[in-house]
Amino acid sequence: MLLGDFLRNSARRLSPKVACVCGSTRLGYGSFDEQANRLAHALLDAGVRRGDRVVVFLDNRVEAVISIFAILKAGAAFVVVNPTTKADKLTYLVNDCGATTIITSGQLSSVVSEVETAAESLRAVVTCGWEVSRHGTLRNRRIDFEHDLVGFSTEPPRVRCIDMDLAAIIYTSGSTGRPKGVVMTHRNMVSAADSITEYLENVEDDIILNVLPLSFGYGLYQALTAVKIGVTLVLEKSFAYPYQIVQRVREERVTAFPGVPTMFALLLQMTDLDPADFDAVRYVTNAGAALPPSHIARLRRLFRKARIYSMYGITECTRVTYLPPNELERRPTSVGKAMPNCETFIVDPNGNPVAPGEVGELVVRGSNVMQGYWNLPEETNKALRPGRHPWERVLHTGDLFRMDEEGYLYFVARQDDIIKSRGEKVSPREVENTIHELAEVQETAVVGVPDPILGAAIKAIVVKTEGARLSEADVIAHCARRLENYMVPKIVEFRDGLPKTTSGKIARAQLKADEQAAKGMGGETV
Amino acid sequence: MREKIREFILSRFMLDAKPEDLKDGISFLETGVIDSTGVVELLAFLEAEFEIEVEDSEIVPENLDSVDSLCRYLESKGVTVSPP
Repeated sequence: MLLGDFLRNSARRLSPKVACVCGSTRLGYGSFDEQANRLAHALLDAGVRRGDRVVVFLDNRVEAVISIFAILKAGAAFVVVNPTTKADKLTYLVNDCGATTIITSGQLSSVVSEVETAAESLRAVVTCGWEVSRHGTLRNRRIDFEHDLVGFSTEPPRVRCIDMDLAAIIYTSGSTGRPKGVVMTHRNMVSAADSITEYLENVEDDIILNVLPLSFGYGLYQALTAVKIGVTLVLEKSFAYPYQIVQRVREERVTAFPGVPTMFALLLQMTDLDPADFDAVRYVTNAGAALPPSHIARLRRLFRKARIYSMYGITECTRVTYLPPNELERRPTSVGKAMPNCETFIVDPNGNPVAPGEVGELVVRGSNVMQGYWNLPEETNKALRPGRHPWERVLHTGDLFRMDEEGYLYFVARQDDIIKSRGEKVSPREVENTIHELAEVQETAVVGVPDPILGAAIKAIVVKTEGARLSEADVIAHCARRLENYMVPKIVEFRDGLPKTTSGKIARAQLKADEQAAKGMGGETV
Repeated sequence: MREKIREFILSRFMLDAKPEDLKDGISFLETGVIDSTGVVELLAFLEAEFEIEVEDSEIVPENLDSVDSLCRYLESKGVTVSPP
């Protein structure tokens, strides 16, 4: 089974059924499959070959989902990149994965045109949307979604991969400051999708709302599992207007509501919500960060007919655990046990399993585990280590967990500095490197501070150079220009100096501890 | 009123843009000018600057998604155009 077969199979069975709703667009399965075939032919015509990487640089819209499946049909691998990514980082990503083609929108075309000159491997740019790009170099082939695809066949291309072939590279933040490309084959992704739809008990008449970015594994799999089962996916670009999302849920009779704690916090802040609007929802899922127990009770009152799933996963293996909804009341802080066709262990630094109650690193074994990080053999060897048999490798997550007497898992903390803000990973080093671009900055350290909506807010502590003039707003504005939106510091504090360890490095642990103490909270980092 | 709104949007969300780049009719959401936490900030600005209270049901694109929409919305809330 190849990942792209999900669409071929569902379209065969369900042709007129609505696959995707976005704004005023309603895309039927038949039309979805045909457009994906056309785009696949266009990509092949533009020189895309089996195993090539194609970047999808779009916000949540039907063209993004069509693109993902078109790329698979062409035998290539898709790389969905967050649409708030700025030009420098996008250039880095395109060069890192050696992408030959980028699919984008008119709105984002000015960012792409900056990338085109610096990205050596790019040969073609596909654009959709009301404002067709006139920017960019002449070297690259330009394909317009609305006008150029009609010339291509609606029959599936004859490219055939095997399930060991590359299906996607999903970039994730690393504590070194450089994002790492998680390599997934068709088999990895089909396995994860199978496990997920099994424990969520998805049925064909599900209607799944997806507000999460498709560049984020959690959001991507809403689309993949939707197509696998043949349900309707309701795509929204952002949770900026929660009231509008609520209207959507009511109008489309949404049955599935996946979210991260930030979304739930914003939703629960609204005062005049009518639970009747959510009565069609039969399941709610949470991942990305821990769901505060106080929210669970309030979510139950809002989603009266829904089962609530607390889950845990990382990009490197898509998803790992889920808590059966009937355990939520008894163990509200647990993330459950391994999903179907997947196993977990908690080990000490020597790799030996720990006893219940003891803290250790979570290790994951299963077909959902990545092949490695793209072109990063050292990082790969740190994450993937020998498993049970000489021929296999298991994933060391870098997350500390403990298990109770019945084997239910509890997230304790990350082993590294990664901050989870809005459910997404933020590398303090990446933000620090960006702040250091300012000449007025002598030293800086970035930490996460507890925040009721964001989970953790990004705080930058800055030491200015002698006599320099720099304001909070200057630092924030600089970061906003260079980083994705969820990485931009919310708070900037200026100090005369930063605490150092005996070896002269910035004492991050102390900074973190100071922040927790200042907020009067100890214990779990989010 | 229009100028105060434009100044806020330009200084907070469109740092590298020139004033003429902010067209009064363009959708903030479509062009990615404001995201979900941006809306929270925009609301805080409106409530503080114009002394209004925004109902949950009023947090919709029709009221907030462009400079023109914001002006119409504020007028409907009884905010009068201040003299220059």
